[in-house]
Formats: sequence, structure tokens, C-alpha cells
Amino acid sequence: MQKFNKLSGIAAPMPLVNIDTDMIIPKQFLKTIKRSGLGVNLFDEMRYDDDRNEIPDFVLNKPQYREAQILVAGENFGCGSSREHAPWAIADFGITCVIAPSYADIFYSNCFKNGILPIALPQEQVDVLMMDAEKGANARIEVDLEAQTITSSDGEVFTFDIDQFKKHCLMNGLDDIGLSMEKVKSIDSFEAQAGAERPWV
Amino acid sequence: MSPKTLYDKIWDAHVAHEAEDGTCLLYIDRHLVHEVTSPQAFEGLRMAGRTVRAPDKTIAVPDHNVPTTLDRANAATMTEDSRIQVEALDTNAKEFGLHYYPVSDVRQGIVHIVGPEQGWTLPGMTVVCGDSHTATHGAFGALAHGIGTSEVEHVLATQTLIQKKSKNMKVEITGKLRPGVTAKDITMSVIGTTGTAGGTGYVIEYCGEAIRDLSMEGRMTVCNMAIEGGARAGIIAPDETTYEYCLGRPHAPKGAQWEAALTWWKTLFTDENAHFDKVITLKAEDIAPVVTWGTSPEDVLPITAVVPAADSFTGGKVGAAQRSLDYMALTPGTPLTDIIIDTVFIGSCTNGRIEDLRAAAAILKGKKKKDGLRAMVVPGSGLVRAQAEEEGLAQIFIDAGFEWRLAGCSMCLAMNPDQLAPGERCAATSNRNFEGRQGRGGRTHLMSPAMAAAAAITGKLTDVREMM
Repeated sequence: MQKFNKLSGIAAPMPLVNIDTDMIIPKQFLKTIKRSGLGVNLFDEMRYDDDRNEIPDFVLNKPQYREAQILVAGENFGCGSSREHAPWAIADFGITCVIAPSYADIFYSNCFKNGILPIALPQEQVDVLMMDAEKGANARIEVDLEAQTITSSDGEVFTFDIDQFKKHCLMNGLDDIGLSMEKVKSIDSFEAQAGAERPWV
Repeated sequence: MSPKTLYDKIWDAHVAHEAEDGTCLLYIDRHLVHEVTSPQAFEGLRMAGRTVRAPDKTIAVPDHNVPTTLDRANAATMTEDSRIQVEALDTNAKEFGLHYYPVSDVRQGIVHIVGPEQGWTLPGMTVVCGDSHTATHGAFGALAHGIGTSEVEHVLATQTLIQKKSKNMKVEITGKLRPGVTAKDITMSVIGTTGTAGGTGYVIEYCGEAIRDLSMEGRMTVCNMAIEGGARAGIIAPDETTYEYCLGRPHAPKGAQWEAALTWWKTLFTDENAHFDKVITLKAEDIAPVVTWGTSPEDVLPITAVVPAADSFTGGKVGAAQRSLDYMALTPGTPLTDIIIDTVFIGSCTNGRIEDLRAAAAILKGKKKKDGLRAMVVPGSGLVRAQAEEEGLAQIFIDAGFEWRLAGCSMCLAMNPDQLAPGERCAATSNRNFEGRQGRGGRTHLMSPAMAAAAAITGKLTDVREMM
């Protein structure tokens, strides 16, 4: 997995609440058996018209945001379906950090498996960064995972909370399965004991 | 010992490893797998030279992509990419030795309907699937939730999931439901109250007289939409209704094992004075038949209400509501019962079980759908379909002008050919009304099966109580 440490990039503003995973990647793109190549279909129905032409008003189609690496959004980002295609599409587009007041549970977990840092901040702070993002390519936002800080283009610093285990895995690009396999003895003994206590399972 | 919630008890019974910071490896009793969110996980296993740790606890069934038309045995009914996904599941299920219900098997259906139906889902279990509506299985007093594909791979390889414990939330529905009000109205009304993020970070235990009074089918409907309220899982303590449902199912324990299981299941309840971090109480008598008007499952109103104005909301919801009104092409102040529909979809893991079909058929019996309206019933499994045919329900639907389909997810998420055209408006018994959910530009109103049946007759959103 891609490591995440520091990022300085353009942030695209999407001041919309409840951005769901159907919006992020509509179901017609879930028919792939690969993880890659979904970036072109990120926010597909908001991004293209019926004839597959780009809709110029959509934020990621604007020249100043085509290289965005950060997304600033409204509360409950990533709600709905568990499809990991959503973070796959976000990462494939080149966005590796999302900033929003809150996230849906499954989407939040899925981000960490794909080198994406989802940061939750209070609404007032998101509002400041949203205004910053609206300045376009002139405003680079800096994210420092180790220090757990975000610095706006004006130099204002916000700190954020993150689970230390998730932080460790993201900073080192660790493979969850490999880590859990190291605990195979615990799993073996649990399985033996539970199998004796609840043999019908 | 301090009093525990039901969630606490199931959690504690499944912790295989706990790190100092509280990160746990939670053992998984049942892993359900479908064709859309699993191919990359199996590919990951192969690339790392890993295998499936517990194929005996892993159940695979194709549901999202499969056509529901009667000619679906003909491969040409599927697009090539859909066919590749279904074939990949077939290959993976066989290669790794999973329990498998292919499209040709009468037991095939929506994964969340097949699991309980076959007795795979039992009280006190941990159940996961790469699908958010795994919450459905919570109806049995199982801890059940959706996971992403990386986690699917993790469970395949280790039979565990890396988890931190969620908080406890109690949703109590006191008293008795009024006539015409169903489990779907309960679960939608709860989301209308809490919002789609109200449950984030929590496992919800649904309780109270109105929940106890529900059948297993109804309880599954309630738990199914826990995810629409943002919760990790929804759960209902097992009782006689649960045991009776499980008894005799193909994979439920038998004989002495049944007795042993029952003894343990009877300890699965929330202790008196156990701590809940959040409590919501609704009176059953205050719940009306409801529908959604917007593009979020929290956009819930009683059928007797009018389309709201965007400025009746606050904060970020003002913009979201305006966007919904534009997308749904609705004018504030319009009575919901004036909204004309052109499609009716009865089915999905929310409302594709036999009781749902009975409720819809009870309204449709001897009646016809409105002329020009497209209406379909998609049973949740081949066995539900067979039972509905045996009970004469299928004939009622056919006589009413409905298409009587084979089992699958169908128009709930429109990955197969069952889709709305742009601008089409659907009365749907499914779980999500997101933009484009049932087809690009399609407009979805969520409701109970009885309400969808009523809408099919009049051609507009209708208060089912007027037809009873």
C-alpha cells in the first residue's frame, strides 16, 4: 500500500452534505474485477453529461482543480454502499486526502486500506478550509500526518485526531493481512476454544 | 460483573486478540460473498499465495448482476462485464471450496435473504459481507455488518476483522403499530428522526413492544436499514420468534446441538441497567405510513404530508434539500399523494421476503395496476418465489399486471438490466433513494410493500390505509 506522510496540494471544494458512494462511483463501474482505472469515472454522473462530455461547472472539471489531491466536503461523506470502488476511484484520480466534518463508517475504514487519509474536523474549521479551497490553484493546503496538522494557505494550523494504529499503518504503508497473520496463534486458539464451546457455528 | 448490552456480549465472545490500544481481531462466524465486491479480494489472495482459512464458514451467491427475467439461463441476457463477474465468483467458489448457490440453483437469491433462509445466520454470530446491507442479519441477534473488499480479503485469509468497538445505542419503539403501518415504516421513521449520520459510530439495538411484535421478516427489514442511519450494525435480541424461525433450517443445529445452542442464545439479551451511549424512543402509535421525497433516506415524511421547502431545513441540509427537490422535480407544498409515478418495484433485501409479498398481494388482490405503469415483483430468493407461487401470490401479481421475476437485487441498485430511464419516477420497496441509484436520472420514492402496491393501483403515491 502507498505510504502517506506529508502532502501539499490543491484542494477541491465540494460543499455538499451526505455525498454517497453511488455519487462517488456509480454502480455501472462496479462491474470491474480490477482495483485500478476507476479515476476517470470518479463522480461520473456529476462530471459528464449523457453524451459523455465534461460538465464544465463540476469542480473537478475546472482547470484549477484537475490536479487536486485533496477534497474538502460536507458532513457524512461516503455514506451508503460499502463499495471499495469509491476509495479506489478517489485514489486513482490522484486524491489522497479528504477533509470533512464526518464520514460514514465503512467508507472511512476503506480509505485506510488504500493510502487515503480521511480527516474529520469540526464544521467551523472545514468551513475555513472550504473557503481556502475555493481560491483554486493559488491555495495549497498542507497536511502532515505525523504531526496531525493541516495548514491553510494563510498559514492557519488545525490539528486533527486519528486512531494511532491506523496512522501507523498509513505512514508505513503496512498490509493489514500480513500484520494479522502474525497473530495466527491467537486466532488458532480462539477458534479451538470457540469451536468447543459453540460447536454448531 | 458490570451489566452488558447484547452487543457487548456478542463482541466479548468473538475477540480473538486485543492489542493494548483496544484494536481487536474479531473472529467471524459467517462470511457471505457475492460477485461484485469479491473478485479483487480473491485475486489478492492468489497474488499473495494465501488461501481461504475457513471455507466452511464462507457462503457465496451471485445476486447483484444477475438478470431477473425468465430467460436468464441464456448468457446473452447479461452484459459481458457482468458475466465475467459472475463467472469469477463461480471459479472462486469452486477453487476455494466455498458453500455456493449458483444462478441455476433454486436456493439462489439475494445474499441477505439466502443466509437466514438456509440457516447460516444464527443468534450470537458475527456475520460480515462485502455489502452494507449485511446489517439485515442483526435481526437474529447476530453482530452483522458490511465491509469493504480489502476487509473481505482479510476475512478470507484470517477469518477475523481488525475492529475497534463501537458505542451502544438503544432505539426503543414502544406500544403497538396502527393498522397499515409496517416494519419498513418503523425503520424509515427512525432514520427520519436520527438522520443518515445519527447512528455513525454506534451499534443500534432495536427493542420495545413494537419490535417484539414483529416477525423475523419484519425484524430483518428494520435491521437492514440500520446502515441508512449510519450505524455499524442493527441488532435485535433473539426470542421465541427467532428460535422458531431457525428451527429446522438446513444449516441450523439439530438435536443435542440445538439444545446447547438454545441454552446459549437465551443468555443473549441486554442486562438490566446496561449502559447505552445514546437512546432514542419512538411511540409506535405515532408512526404513520411514510415515503421519502428526496435523495437521502433521511428525507422521510408521513404520506399525509406535503413536499417540504428547502429553507425549512438548517445548515448544509438547505443546499442538499434544494438539490434533491431539483433532482426529484418536486415543488414545495405539493401533497405527497399528488406525486405521479410510472414504475413500481417490489423486492430487494429490505422487502423481498415472503411476508413482504403477502402484504403487497393483500392490497393488489382482485385489482389492476394503473394503465401504462411498469410494475415488477422480484422475489428475494428462488425459494421465496416458489413459496409465493404455492400460496397463489404470484397469480395475484400477474393478474394485477405485474411482471413476476426471478430472484436478485434487480432494480434496487440497477446493476442488471432492471433500471429506471432518466426522469422516470419509481415507488420502490428498496433502501436507497440516492441520485441515480435505480438508473441515471431515475427518481426513487422509498416505502413499504403495501404502500408500493397501493401506488401501483392509483398511479401515484397513496395512503394505503384508504385501501384497507
